[in-house]
Amino acid sequence: MSRPVKQIHLAAHFPGVNNSTVWSDPAAGSQIDFSSFTHLARTAERAKFDFIFLAEGLRLREQNGEIYDLDVVGRPDTFTVLSALAAVTDRLGLAGTINSTFNEPYEVARQFASLDHLSAGRAAWNVVTSWDEFTGQNFRRGGFLAQEDRYERASQFLAATWELFDSWHGDEIVADKESGVFIADPAPGRFDHQVSQFDISGHFNVPRSPQGRPVIFQAGDSEEGREFAASAADAIFTRHGTLEAGQAFYADVKGRLARHGRTHDQLKILPGVTFVLGDTDADAQERAEVIRRQQVSGQTAIKFLEQLWNRDLSSCDPDGPLPEVDPLVGENTIARGRASVRMHRDPLATAAQWRALADAKQLSIRELIIEVTGRQSFIGSPATVAESLNEFVQSDASDGFILTPHLTPGGLDEFADTVVPLLQERGVFRTDYVGGTLRDHLGLGALGATRSHRRAQA
Amino acid sequence: MSRSPSAPLHLAVALDGAGWHPAAWRESGARPRELFTARYWADLVTEAEAGLLDFVTIEDSLSLQSSRYNEPDTRTDQVRGRLDAVLVAARVAPLTRHIGLVPTTVVTHTEPFHVSKAIATLDHVSTGRAGVRVKVSARGDEPPHFGRRTLPRLPAGGWEEPAGQALIKELFAEAGDYVEVLRRLWDSWEDDAEIRDAGTGRFIDRHKVHYIDFEGARFSVKGPSITPRPPQGQPVVAALAHRAEPFRLVAGSADIGFVTPHDNTEAAAVVAEIRAAQDGAGRAEATVRLFGDLVVLLDDDPAAATERRARLDERAGAAYSSDAEIFTGTPGALADLLLDRARTGLSGFRLRPAALPQDLEQITRRLVPELQRRGAFRTAYEADTLRGLLGLSRPVSRYAAA
Repeated sequence: MSRPVKQIHLAAHFPGVNNSTVWSDPAAGSQIDFSSFTHLARTAERAKFDFIFLAEGLRLREQNGEIYDLDVVGRPDTFTVLSALAAVTDRLGLAGTINSTFNEPYEVARQFASLDHLSAGRAAWNVVTSWDEFTGQNFRRGGFLAQEDRYERASQFLAATWELFDSWHGDEIVADKESGVFIADPAPGRFDHQVSQFDISGHFNVPRSPQGRPVIFQAGDSEEGREFAASAADAIFTRHGTLEAGQAFYADVKGRLARHGRTHDQLKILPGVTFVLGDTDADAQERAEVIRRQQVSGQTAIKFLEQLWNRDLSSCDPDGPLPEVDPLVGENTIARGRASVRMHRDPLATAAQWRALADAKQLSIRELIIEVTGRQSFIGSPATVAESLNEFVQSDASDGFILTPHLTPGGLDEFADTVVPLLQERGVFRTDYVGGTLRDHLGLGALGATRSHRRAQA
Repeated sequence: MSRSPSAPLHLAVALDGAGWHPAAWRESGARPRELFTARYWADLVTEAEAGLLDFVTIEDSLSLQSSRYNEPDTRTDQVRGRLDAVLVAARVAPLTRHIGLVPTTVVTHTEPFHVSKAIATLDHVSTGRAGVRVKVSARGDEPPHFGRRTLPRLPAGGWEEPAGQALIKELFAEAGDYVEVLRRLWDSWEDDAEIRDAGTGRFIDRHKVHYIDFEGARFSVKGPSITPRPPQGQPVVAALAHRAEPFRLVAGSADIGFVTPHDNTEAAAVVAEIRAAQDGAGRAEATVRLFGDLVVLLDDDPAAATERRARLDERAGAAYSSDAEIFTGTPGALADLLLDRARTGLSGFRLRPAALPQDLEQITRRLVPELQRRGAFRTAYEADTLRGLLGLSRPVSRYAAA
């Protein structure tokens, strides 16, 4: 048992449009004003976090044919905010979700390469697919991709951008005023990529960026997703919040790396988690209860139930029992644009479990939803939370965490002031940045300057 | 629409690489190795802001710069490579407080939904200083970069031949639809859509967030935006226009037109043509600011400016030519020209510095004080938003109930 102590990686997720973001609290600020992003980013950088993470939205969610209005609605553009954040931070990594369905490789590659230049090597990309025609209605190319084609496109999209990032080798720009040679290569950035989803060729117009390419994140838990991550990603954003589930996932994904010629350290596993702090553990538990009720109002509980039941339940009393009727099986038509809808693969089975739980614990609809949607991973005093986080990492359930505070923008302040110093005292979290780039923070090692066209597995 | 000669001018600068002259990067003050750093762009924009300029534009393209009209070249003696202009603008926004930020976007190959939220976000990040210059691209090397559409190859005679005319008509009509979608998406959230009504549990009033349901000949977009209405209501839309079809885009869709007359007669004719096109488009009452574009090589001594131009041309291997008039001389002489030409009805000028930072500093440190002495330019920023600086009113959302 003399293995070295692992260093924890920490990141901050800007609170988004899920019900976990509490907007009704007097301390809740704007989710749009740039000052909110500045506050959270500076707090994360003050605490020496690896990066800040922004999600993406491409269509407002709907339920019962109307725009969903109970959670935070609306968000700014990911690239634009990250580039602006580069101006108010010096070291913090800047990670954003950008989908591969309604974008083209040339444009996304030049945006990420530009962000990496403008942040001096701090850009990261969470590659996701968008899933439906509903979202496609906002885009001129329209349409949507079948489930099986989405991973193919995502994987080919990443491979195509990879070729673009690698199309400049880093030594082209000479800029010698005396000789008059600006560029060593008369035709820089050549690429030619012909696969089933893409037939593109020409010249990429952004020189090689400080990190060579952005750090690549992958989110998703399917077999294809795990294999994709093991072959091509630098980090995985997971949802495995318990120790046992985390350890199983960690072992599985890390076990796949060798087959792709990669080492254990080349892929970081980072679950998205929440936390509630208090002066004592009991105090934190009390605060957690209050927050859960802020997150799940009576109306929110009914809306959640409708998403599983796939029918209008607006006449139900949230403080009463579950409805007598069963879920409508078939295509979910009641809620659109919500990722959570896809999680209920077998609505009847899930409903039966919920009924059993509600019966056993005598729960109202609201109490049940609070129970089944709870994801407060770490609750306790700063010492308790620091210990739990460390145990999670040291026992190989993850390499660190992406923390989602429930409040914008001050929700990370207390963590930064109380938990981070305890982790630093234990020697499991940095007390200062040692490198300038996000690759440095994550211990990924620099890419070779002229690494020749290593591709993501298509 | 003639203006009083004493009305203050609006002044903008167009930033591109090391400057507009292809040999600019070899000048002693140039920083060609820093063109891809944030510091370089921050220095330029803060210099422009110190000169109280209305806004900067930032050039962009979806292909490598080239000395050829329609395809890449193989020259190694000119600047190649650039950064995304919207991201450059966002990067400098928190470092500035007053100056407008107008990045270029190529509308031929991009998604209006993405660009709408990006420019709305630039407006949020800069608290009301965002614009966008929409640019049509007929370059033959860009479609293969995307593999999504093919464009007919521009004929050798360029825009003048019938095939060229047909292509330009199609691309500019598409650009008009694109701007319509941008503006509808910016309007799709009413200003007071966010209510945070704890009593009813509603974060927004969904009746104040609207589908745009744009259906055009070329694409359709449902909406609403995911980004709440920007501080200016609608960020400022600009377009560069040399002739009839682009003039119609400016007249029908833009808040600012950049035009390239080479003398006062031409300037008056361009202004008249665009104003007539505004009438034709039913936008006679809309305020459209017309900026004359000029490439400038400035020096305190006229002979020094001429020598510098000769040196740059010699290094480039050819005399520099441009769509815009090239002015070589002193800031005082430029002030004379600008004030004289402004009588034709132009609202102001977008100056393209031939070499950076020299010609930018000549603008901010010599030209601006000269214009101020003549009472023709502001001595302090009088507004916090780009619309405010340009005297443009803040639009009411078209979807708001009257």
